[in-house]
Amino acid sequence: MSRYILRRLLMALPVVVGILLLTFLIQAVIPTDAVSAMYEGQVTEDEAAEAIAAMRERYGLDQPWYVQFVRYGANVLQGDFGESIRLRRPVSEEIGYRFVNTLTLTGVALLIGIGIGVPMGIISAAKKDTWLDVGAMTVGLLGISMPAFFFGLLLILVFAVWLMWIPVVPRGGAALLLPALTLGLIEAAPLSRIARSAMIEILRRDHIRAARSRGMGEFSVIMRHALPGTLLAVMTVIGLQFGNLLGGAFIIEVIFGWRGIGELGVKAIQWRDFALTQAIILISAGAHISANLLVDILYAWIDPRVDYDQ
Amino acid sequence: MLEVRGLRTQFGTGAGAVRAVNGVDLAINPGEVLGIVGESGCGKTVLALSILRLIDAPGRIVAGQVLFEGTDVLAMRPRALTALRGRDIAMIFQQPKASLDPLMRIGSQIAEPLRLRGGRSRAEAWREAVELLGAVGIPNPEEKARAYPHEISGGQAQRVMIAIALALRPRLLIADEPTTALDVTVQAQILELLRERCRVLGTALVLVTHDIGVVAQMADRVAVMYAGRVVENGKVADILGQPAHPYTRGLLRSAPVMGAVQARLREIPGGIPDLTRPLSGCAFAPRCEARQQAGAARCDSQAPPSFLPRAGWQARCWLQAGAPQAQPAPEAWA
Amino acid sequence: MSLAQSVAAPAEAAPQPRRGGWRWAMARLLRNPSARIGGSVLLLILFCAAFAPWVAPHDPLHVNTLGRLLPPSATNWLGTDEVGRDIASRLIFGTRYFLLICLIASTISGGFGILLGLVAGGGSALADTLIMRCTDMLLAFPYILLVLAIVAILGPSLWTAMAAVGIAGIPGYARLIRSVALTVKREEYVEAARALGASEAQIILSTVLPNTISPLIVYLSYATPIAALSAAALSFLGLGAQAPAPEWGAMLVNSRSFLFTAWWAVAAPGLAIFVAIFSMNLLGNGLRDVLDPRDV
Repeated sequence: MSRYILRRLLMALPVVVGILLLTFLIQAVIPTDAVSAMYEGQVTEDEAAEAIAAMRERYGLDQPWYVQFVRYGANVLQGDFGESIRLRRPVSEEIGYRFVNTLTLTGVALLIGIGIGVPMGIISAAKKDTWLDVGAMTVGLLGISMPAFFFGLLLILVFAVWLMWIPVVPRGGAALLLPALTLGLIEAAPLSRIARSAMIEILRRDHIRAARSRGMGEFSVIMRHALPGTLLAVMTVIGLQFGNLLGGAFIIEVIFGWRGIGELGVKAIQWRDFALTQAIILISAGAHISANLLVDILYAWIDPRVDYDQ
Repeated sequence: MLEVRGLRTQFGTGAGAVRAVNGVDLAINPGEVLGIVGESGCGKTVLALSILRLIDAPGRIVAGQVLFEGTDVLAMRPRALTALRGRDIAMIFQQPKASLDPLMRIGSQIAEPLRLRGGRSRAEAWREAVELLGAVGIPNPEEKARAYPHEISGGQAQRVMIAIALALRPRLLIADEPTTALDVTVQAQILELLRERCRVLGTALVLVTHDIGVVAQMADRVAVMYAGRVVENGKVADILGQPAHPYTRGLLRSAPVMGAVQARLREIPGGIPDLTRPLSGCAFAPRCEARQQAGAARCDSQAPPSFLPRAGWQARCWLQAGAPQAQPAPEAWA
Repeated sequence: MSLAQSVAAPAEAAPQPRRGGWRWAMARLLRNPSARIGGSVLLLILFCAAFAPWVAPHDPLHVNTLGRLLPPSATNWLGTDEVGRDIASRLIFGTRYFLLICLIASTISGGFGILLGLVAGGGSALADTLIMRCTDMLLAFPYILLVLAIVAILGPSLWTAMAAVGIAGIPGYARLIRSVALTVKREEYVEAARALGASEAQIILSTVLPNTISPLIVYLSYATPIAALSAAALSFLGLGAQAPAPEWGAMLVNSRSFLFTAWWAVAAPGLAIFVAIFSMNLLGNGLRDVLDPRDV
């Protein structure tokens, strides 16, 4: 098992280098803009040129790109993400608690998505081609067509303004409720489709017919022989879905003012604050890869068919 | 014990429907071994699945009765049907490995019917599962019970399937091509095991196979199927010794059978007819040598009824027209 | 299917177009209810975009500070926004942005994706490895994140938003086309063409390319709504279309602060995006039913 994990880690290595390269590109293009954005209208052109020169030297932009890249990579690996131009303090200080907030939001949203989407897909598959299935699939299609930012505002309008179940500016746990619900309900749509098609595929297999031939009721057949395989199939995509949730968090956090990395990331792009932008994109991509790695390892551990000693 | 009357199963509807089983009458007596034999595509697997109502959409049983101890299986409510399956009639399949749940330990799969339907406790069921594994000839049953299906061979998987099917001591076991997917060397062992287990438990066996040699070796009686119908049906000794139907003769000539008198091996020319079209005469007529020699016009225009060359022996062939005619079941001819 | 059947089939079904042909697919598509609904709405959007100045009752950019945030009425069907512009007219002109985004993003994704996919699937092993490693790298990002990263590199604007959404879609198309190319290249008739002296490039253009059309249409129907949604999200985040432009995402974000007082100003553009994306997905569902036999 440990050898399998090691091998998976090694396989992820080129991807990590690739992500570093792409985020590095942000730095290579931005500084001039960043400085002008910072001092816009405040300084003369000469002073700006001077500031830019100072900046270039400070961030090592006078070096060849590969030297810069290695330096960048080394810094990142040491947990040094540089200093935010806008916030004027180390990026790592700002990002830590925000990352935890984002993980909380996406984690709860994932649970909501699984809790609603997977049963929906399973019922759809078990009742394939009935009105229940058609209804659930239509809801699913509506879900994948729904823009997250509009859905979030809609929920605020309905629950906070019209029904007044939740305060408009909630505190504590209530603050998590609507953003997590928005993200989770939207996530339920693709999960229900995945669960449905996985289950339909499994229900066609020989061993299901064999179980029926032994006098297992339809309910037991589904719960005992179709569900485990369906859950396993859903599990393989949970890593990918977690990445989507992270992406969605950028939008949801802005709507609900949730202080996560997404909300900060959007600001950072608007500010052209390259160190901050880099760090946030890097961390999100890193979280996405780690989640996928974790899911792969978990899958290998759970599914008896995977021979991880090979 | 089990009687099939006028069974028809088709796939799809309307003009394009494939009439896979097209009016079959059969009977199985307690404790006997009935072989159902025919080329692939003759409807024998669909017939086997229809008996337990295991046909999936777009397939559909459209007519007939399956009487088990006088009760029509086809008219049963879902609860009665699940009570019948596994306890009265069990089944094993062509692809033993695919027929086992890949995510469940073998022991648990054998224990499952014992626990859910036989009322055993978890520990009892497991102990009994291990015993059953031993009884079907799996070495180290305690250890193998913990294995997953992908860890065992096809032959062992079929042994496991037999153990599961016979766990509740059913009265009848339907085996659909149980050895087709297995190595030749293993085939004989599995057949021997089936015969032995069924004899010990007093279980009747329906053995569906394309191999008439297997029938000769295993069965008491045989039903020969062609194009969704039983064309000949009787004691193995009678039929293999002196087949009444030209199709049976063709089958016998095309395969080596132990104990049967054979000349050279020869294949039957032509292929099975298009099952989407209604048949006007005998389904086998286009391929039938005897018809060509005899030049019987009836073969093409009129479906032959069952004739009785001898007691307990039926053949649907106009060439037997001299023999007395069997009373057809009313549903059998539409 | 036996030879006899394949020869016999067209004769039987003479009045209908050949099964599997394009006319046959079109006929089936027109009978598919979900494709009909989705297609009709998209045609309506197309009509609005083409004839916006004639369809729209007002100037979408005309500011009227006296008539701000008016509720829907006979003159302003969907009310007015925070500076008194007619929302209905802005929605109608917004169809142009919507279609432009779909067109440009899909052209970038599809154009580069097809090119790279063909080179990877039909060219040398080195090119294949190189291209596939690059797509692996890009696909390691969640889609929205990749879009944001590209916007971060290019700087925020409507054009970069469209480019970013387009670029982020390239790896998906490249992989699809590559897999089709690899499958087709193994077909016997391609082997035969090669044996007869056709060059690799000829083979790709004459056999691979035509075979990509049907999977390409199916993939397009998946990818375009996602691209359009992402572009709208970018505008919403202030990283795409900017203030006065009647782009739906931008309209939504500008009216956002008036959610409690003038919800229609938020709901109208939101619903417009939703309906447009939903009809694309409906049409896509229909296309998949017709073109993708695995999904039936």
